[in-house]
Formats: sequence, structure tokens, C-alpha cells
Amino acid sequence: MRFFGRGHGACPGCGLAIAVRNILEALEGKCFVVNPTGCLEIISSQYGRNAWGVPYIHPLFDNAAAVACGISEALKVLGREDEGEVVVLAGDGATADIGLTLHGMFDRNHDVIYICLDNEAYQNTGHQQSALTPLGEATTTTPAGKLMLGKIGRKKDMVAIALAHGSPYVATSSAVLPADIRRKVKKAAKIEGAKYIQIHCPCVTGWGIDGKDVVKVGNLAIETALYPIVEFENGKLLTVRKVKERKPVEEYLKIQRRFRHLFTSPEGRKVIEEIQKIADENALRYGIDLKK
Amino acid sequence: MRKVVRGFYSVAYAVKLCKPNIICAYPITPQTEIVENLALMYANGELENCKYITAESEFAAASILVGASAAGARTFTATCSQGLILMSEVLFNAAGMRLPIVIVNTNRALSAPLSIWNDLQDSMALRDAGIIQVYVENNQEAHDMVPQAYKIAEDKRVRLPFMICMDGYKLTHAYEPVDLLDQNVVDSFLPPYSPEVYLTTKKPVAFGCYAPPHIYMEFRVAMQRAMERAKEIMEKVFADWAEVSGRNWGGHLEVVYPDSKNFVIAMGSIVGLLRKVVEELRNEGISVGLVKLRTFRPFPVQELRKSLENAEKIIVIDRSVSFGYEGNLSIELKSALYGMSPEVISFILGLGGRDVPKDFLKELVKNAILGKEKSGFKGFKEFEEVIP
Repeated sequence: MRFFGRGHGACPGCGLAIAVRNILEALEGKCFVVNPTGCLEIISSQYGRNAWGVPYIHPLFDNAAAVACGISEALKVLGREDEGEVVVLAGDGATADIGLTLHGMFDRNHDVIYICLDNEAYQNTGHQQSALTPLGEATTTTPAGKLMLGKIGRKKDMVAIALAHGSPYVATSSAVLPADIRRKVKKAAKIEGAKYIQIHCPCVTGWGIDGKDVVKVGNLAIETALYPIVEFENGKLLTVRKVKERKPVEEYLKIQRRFRHLFTSPEGRKVIEEIQKIADENALRYGIDLKK
Repeated sequence: MRKVVRGFYSVAYAVKLCKPNIICAYPITPQTEIVENLALMYANGELENCKYITAESEFAAASILVGASAAGARTFTATCSQGLILMSEVLFNAAGMRLPIVIVNTNRALSAPLSIWNDLQDSMALRDAGIIQVYVENNQEAHDMVPQAYKIAEDKRVRLPFMICMDGYKLTHAYEPVDLLDQNVVDSFLPPYSPEVYLTTKKPVAFGCYAPPHIYMEFRVAMQRAMERAKEIMEKVFADWAEVSGRNWGGHLEVVYPDSKNFVIAMGSIVGLLRKVVEELRNEGISVGLVKLRTFRPFPVQELRKSLENAEKIIVIDRSVSFGYEGNLSIELKSALYGMSPEVISFILGLGGRDVPKDFLKELVKNAILGKEKSGFKGFKEFEEVIP
């Protein structure tokens, strides 16, 4: 834990902390971290309790990508490129909602590894919905009530957006796959340009799960095909994490408080069917089922 | 090298001489020609160790400079009006992180209604950002201010963003003879940027930590102290500049006819017009002097009190307004002169590029001195507002 850890304030079992440690280990600490406002920033960057062993900047909620572009270009002009990679570690809200400047980074193809730590809502402020909150999740701003059954609409497809921009390397991973994270980050570091990696990070408090179940829940997201683990290089699908026997989405949903309301009404059941449809589409799209 | 150039070129040329590492901007009228000229210099290989980036918005442009500046680069951007307001979240943040970004703001009115023409409403809105603000009267002063801005902003006792405010169109697009500086003059005055603290893997530091109530205030007080130090350091840099360039623009203020009974005070290009007005009124036997306010932040309170200690009447020319109160400079001046007892008459005029002819201005000032003109908006026709 040379690069991240000492004194960080994450909850026991937090997916973010596992992911971040593996990212920094993969880069051997040779990196500049740009971290917009969010869970990670709050747990690691309090004045006097800095948990970072690498150069770190927390600018604003909405501008991490652009700040990273500035660091990347400055290092080039100043002849200091060999100091390390420029890495954004952003939450899902900072990436898919308010992070306006991500598109400019892709468009100009600055040499940055943009990593979205996706815990599927604004968690440090108490679980409000973001564009990466999945269908049916009850958050404090999309609560389950008599009329509404949680978040309406699917997760924004950031992978497709990154690919549409022509990003040279686009991948997803999960906090429960540390070796996969390390491999993909190392690979991204070797590629010039604006890379995008989205890592599924289970959130103990927001999702309503036990710390000891983080790995189980993270794995179920993969085994149900709700969170496809994929990798694209220059727009070409390179690897997909296959599943031997795909599990029904109920297995994933029922052990999390955020989806519990879906099991108590016929309307909720319909939403579960919709969620199953998303999983089936993912499986088909990426060829996730090993048997077929 | 004395040449007849337009204001935007005088700025672009001065920026080039200051050897920035990262220039990043988004086009906005009437600033665009500043960065167009820099882009052309970049395209022709005239900017050494420099990257020119066209951002997707002013918000992104300022953000890119935050990253670049934190990594140890000398940075430049130009903007105005909506662009400055769009940057504002980032600029407040840059000031808090003590990043010496230099900005040229080509003052332009704010929407709505949309106006591409000049007043000072945009930079006034950033008064409390922790950014040094200097207003220039002409294109030579704009040109000369660029190296001084870097020298002041990058001083380790200061480390704050620096905004040079020049009137949009009135200066940016005006042809004026400008003595363009030699590279060796700028080099002898402005050393390369080498900050003590910056982002490097050789000695990792954290920028932009969050501060709970037990420590936040200390950081903000430190910004105020930096502004207070800047006030002293600027005087020294202004004096050094006079020596190096042979042009003395004065200190935080320039006072013309300091022994007058009445004074006019203003900022920016309208000062040029007021010089003429003051001369003409003095020829008519009226005792009137002129205060050109150059530095708006840090606000030179003591200098103003001293210069105006014997003033009986002060006429403030504002080109921006704090809606629900009065002209911005007027508010600041009255606060600075608290306890003194001159009569202060404040005129708000020229909003959104409204023409301010010399004779109109002269009549206003004269009538104010004669006690025949009251404070308020001047040079407009009152709307009959239809409130259904």
C-alpha cells in the first residue's frame, strides 16, 4: 500500500478502494491522479490526511478530464512525459452526468487514462441517481413509491460513447477482478491517446449489501451479464469475459436493498423482466454465454 | 519596434514574448483575434516549448490550464463576457489552488439581451474570485501589462491568477501605435516559470484537498494575505517595468492634477476621453483632476484615501452596475473613503457599447461639479415597461 491507502476513510468492503489500489499497483505509482469530487476524493484527500503516495489533484466535480488533458500536455511540453501516466479516477456521476469535459478529451485524443469507478449513483452524498444508475434502482432522488419504481431508463452506455469518439482503448472491469484491472490498466498505459476504462465498484452502503458480500454481488453482476466485462482496441472487440452458466438477474437483485421493492408488486416483477431483457441483450451483443 | 497594430495583436505579441507553455482558449467575440493570432504564431512554429489547444468551451479551456499550471507550466488564456462567466467556477478554484494563470479579458456586456459590445459587467462579476484585476487604458498599456502580469502572478509570495481587463472593441479592435517589446527586454525582466511546488512523481504532493471547518478558513485567509502582499509587490514590479521599458504607467492609480478640488475617477479606455474632458474643463477655469484606477483587486484603499483627501466632490464613471444598488466602482470607492466626507456623484453609462461622446461626458462632469446633475444612469431612454 505504498501509493494509496494509509488513512483512507472508505467503508469496509468498498469496491472503490480495491480498484484504486490495483490501478496504482499496476502503474507502479508512476502516475498523476486527477480525481473529481466524489466518494474517492472524500475518503482520501482531507487536508492533513492525504492518502495518496502519487501526485494528486482534486479540481472540481465537472472538469477532471480537461484538467488531465492540461497535465498531459504540460508534461509533453516540459519534456517530463517519462514521469508517468495521467490517470483520471472519477465516479459515475462525474463521468456520465456532470463531467462535461470528457468529450473534449476524446475529441482531441489527449494521452490520458480515464477510469470511471462506477458505483452506480452519487454515493458519498447519500445515494442519489446518476446516468449510470441501472433501471429499477431505488435511490433518494428516484425513490420507490406508490407510483414510481425507482430509476427509469437504462444505464447510459459510456462504452459506446467512448467507442463512437474513436478512443483507442475502451474496456470494462470490476473491483472483484483485480488481475483483470491490473492487466487492462497496464495495457492502456502502453497505448497513446484518450483511453476509457469503466470499473464496476460495489457500494456497501448505497446498494444495501453486507461488506462480506461485495465479492459475491460483484461476481453476480458479471454472471448475470448485467455488467459485461469487455475490451476494445481501436474499436475492435478484443476480449469478453464469458459465463459458463448465466444466472437469472433475480439472484443479483434480491440480495441488494436498492432493488428489494421490485419483488413486492406485480409492477415490480415487470421491471425485473425488463432487467432480465437487458442482461439477455448484453449476452447476445457480446457473446457472453459460453455454451451457445 | 514601433508599429501601428490593433489591440488584439499587441496582446498576442506580448504573450508570445512571455514564452507560455500552454495556451488554451475558446473563441469569443471580441477576444477571438487574440487567440487567432497566437494560433497562427503556433502554426508557424514561432512559439517555442508551447502547445496551443483549442478547447471545446471556456470552461474546458480554464480547466486545461488548471492541470497545466499545477504541473508547472506557464499558461495563458483570453476570454470575455459569457466565456468568463462559463469559466468562473474553474477560476474561483484556480485562485484557491493558487495557480498563476494569466487571463486577458476583453470586457464585454453580459446577456440578456445579448450584446457583443463593451462594458465592465463581466469582470465585475468575478470581483470576489481571488483574481488580481488590472484595467488598461490603451493598447500599449495592454501590451506592457502582459509580462508584468506573469511576474506578479508567479511571484511565490503571491501565486494568484491575474486578469488583464481591456475594453472589447474599443481597444481590441482599435489601431494604435504600439512600441512592441524586444524579446531580450522581456527576458531580462521575466525569468522562466519555476514553481517551488507542482505536480511531479519525483516529489508527490496533493492539490485541491478538501478542508473541514477546522482548517478551511485558514486557506481563505491565506488568499487574502497573498492579495495584501500582491499590493506591495505590484508597486515594485510597476516601478521595475518603468525602468526596463522606459514607460511609467504609475502605480495602482495615476492621479492627474492632484491639487484639484473636484475629481473624476474611472477605469479602462474611457480614461483617455476623460483626460481630454479634464483639460477642457480646466481651460474653462474649473478645478478638476483625474484618477485613473488601474488595480481593482487588490483594491488600493490607502492610495485612494491619500489622493482624494482634499477632494470636495468626486465623480465616478461606472460602466457596470450591481442591480438593486449602484455602479460597482462607486460602491467600492465609497467604502474605501468611509469616514471622509467628499460628495460622491456616480454615473453609470456606456452599457453594452452605448456611445459616450466627449461633449456628453464633459457636460455631465461639468454639471455634476456645478451641482446640476444627480447620480444615476446617463445616456439612455427610459423604457415604458409593459407589465401584463
